[in-house]
Amino acid sequence: MPKTLFEKIWDPHVIKTIPDGPSILYIDKHFIHEVTSPQAFKGLEQRGLNVFRPDQVVATADHNVPTLNQHLPIKEELSRIQVDTLQRNCSKFGIELYGLGHPFQGIVPVIGPELGITQPGMTIVCGDSHTSTHGAFGTIAFGIGTSEVEMALATQCLMQHRPKLMRINVQGKLNKGVLSKDIILYIISRISASGATGFAVEYAGTAIRALSMEARMTICNMSIEMGARCGMIAPDEITFNYIKGRPFAPRGEDWTKALATWKTLFTDEAAKFDRELYIDASDIEPMITYGTNPGMGIGISGNIPGMHEIEEKEKSSFEKSLRYMGLEAGAGIKGKKVDYVFIGSCTNSRIEDLRMVAAFVKGKQKAADVQVWIVPGSKQVEQQARAEGIDKIFADAGFLLRQPGCSACLGMNEDKIPAGKYCISTSNRNFEGRQGPNARTFLASPLTAAAAAITGSVSDVREMM
Amino acid sequence: MNAITTITSTTVPLNAENVDTDQIIPARFLKATSREGFGKNLFRDWRYENDDESTPRNDFVLNDPAFHGRILVGAKNFGCGSSREHAAWAIKDYGFDVVVSSFFADIFKNNALNNFLLPVTVSETFLSEIFKAIKSDPSTTCTVDLAAQSITLNKKNGPALSEKFEINHYKKTCLLNGYDDIDYLLSMKEEIAAFENKRITSNI
Repeated sequence: MPKTLFEKIWDPHVIKTIPDGPSILYIDKHFIHEVTSPQAFKGLEQRGLNVFRPDQVVATADHNVPTLNQHLPIKEELSRIQVDTLQRNCSKFGIELYGLGHPFQGIVPVIGPELGITQPGMTIVCGDSHTSTHGAFGTIAFGIGTSEVEMALATQCLMQHRPKLMRINVQGKLNKGVLSKDIILYIISRISASGATGFAVEYAGTAIRALSMEARMTICNMSIEMGARCGMIAPDEITFNYIKGRPFAPRGEDWTKALATWKTLFTDEAAKFDRELYIDASDIEPMITYGTNPGMGIGISGNIPGMHEIEEKEKSSFEKSLRYMGLEAGAGIKGKKVDYVFIGSCTNSRIEDLRMVAAFVKGKQKAADVQVWIVPGSKQVEQQARAEGIDKIFADAGFLLRQPGCSACLGMNEDKIPAGKYCISTSNRNFEGRQGPNARTFLASPLTAAAAAITGSVSDVREMM
Repeated sequence: MNAITTITSTTVPLNAENVDTDQIIPARFLKATSREGFGKNLFRDWRYENDDESTPRNDFVLNDPAFHGRILVGAKNFGCGSSREHAAWAIKDYGFDVVVSSFFADIFKNNALNNFLLPVTVSETFLSEIFKAIKSDPSTTCTVDLAAQSITLNKKNGPALSEKFEINHYKKTCLLNGYDDIDYLLSMKEEIAAFENKRITSNI
């Protein structure tokens, strides 16, 4: 019986399926952080339970940590309490914690892969919707709520319904200046912010196969922005080469054995999907969002849809969105002034992102009235950037390289965009107030963000390369 | 947790699509280490001007005295975005027991169910009937009967409208009886350990 990549991982992880109910799914790796775990630990304590498999749980502090002066105590009291609570819970329950100051600290979907913890064929969960990122390695990885964090801590299992299966085939070659971020923003703009709800999505096709692991992670990361349960890409030589030698990657005989298993993880030719989409990579140009959900995106040279193009029942939401953004229906977006540039988040804060931005801005200067924040995804990314002299290139351009954390992606720490200001951001959500109360977000690729940093307005990076 | 049975209540209409969990509870309010008290900040930035509780926004439905009740009626793709369970806690803590929509985001739906906040998915047509009826008379009630899996719009001027909603048998039993998933999983511990042993020996 031909199987999809998803089925090859899901089926052997199901302990039992309840008739007309969910399956009990075994979880290989469970990541936790300071914001969505405290109530779960409290729940365990109230029930008098232990963590069932502490060796399969990894913790870090990422959501509300400051991105400057991390060696000092956290100033903001509630954030400090959350980070301290995580530390206390981890030591009480015997969980490995990569806290502030640890060389492995960073944003969960960045550190899992870079440490080699994320490996093909695994089931991975975290109380963070961008857990879908790990799917780039051929894993089933998804975000969960705190009650589920408690369940996973208590039993290493979750009650899950098997999602429907969708395959998105991206064929052909990407145009100059177009990155994997543009592919995923394009897909979401085509199928909407709810277009993949209830589905596990496999990304396939020659354009996907040609991408590096870091670029693949960017795509899987944003699967949730179209509602998908998870996103995944079959592992290949690019995947295996990325994992090999990382701190927690298998070694010696274990590596050989693991590799043999990993090589079986692909969708068989005759396997069936509930839905398939085909996209021509050459149709994609650098993308930018204009609205308040990630599905509201257009090509950089395009116009915001006119009112006549919007369905009647969606008109009031569309108008509300444009009013919030201070933009006009039917207008272009190129040339729109920006105040802040944020390059970071679990979508685009890896070393390749920083290298690409550095290569583009080398010898250039940021626009005078723009603030540019570069926030690396992890301590390791930060160290690597410094070792390669990328920090100096940024400093010369007037950019500030900060310390790792989620930062202005969701403004839980001090890194907030002021009310009414425009931020071009490499993160994943342009929701109202996401980057700070009344802040306005344009989502784009690191190159498009870097271009805006130089010109001070939304720009077509292709004209500057 | 308290079991859910039949609820008859007036409703609060929130007719906006793609209501994301950042609107339901903004990230800056996620710093608590307990589950209580989130209702105060439910829809914080839609409720108040400039984050100031002394200046409620009159155009937002939670500030309109005409609308109150235990049933929140949302539009398509309700609860999209972040996995924060705080969104479900905030809605429940504010005093809602049911959220009605034509389409729920996945993680929110799970989180709601895990907190005995019942997500009721209705057809687009039924949803627009509810919005129409509440608009013309805010005292219109809805009845949600979990055992019968039905929602009824008790129209003031005309016959009541009813529709069935889907919920799997397992979850329905949990909600009707006040059972948690975690209780079920804990009862499976031996099977889970046996599964782990089998995986080790067969080297999967």
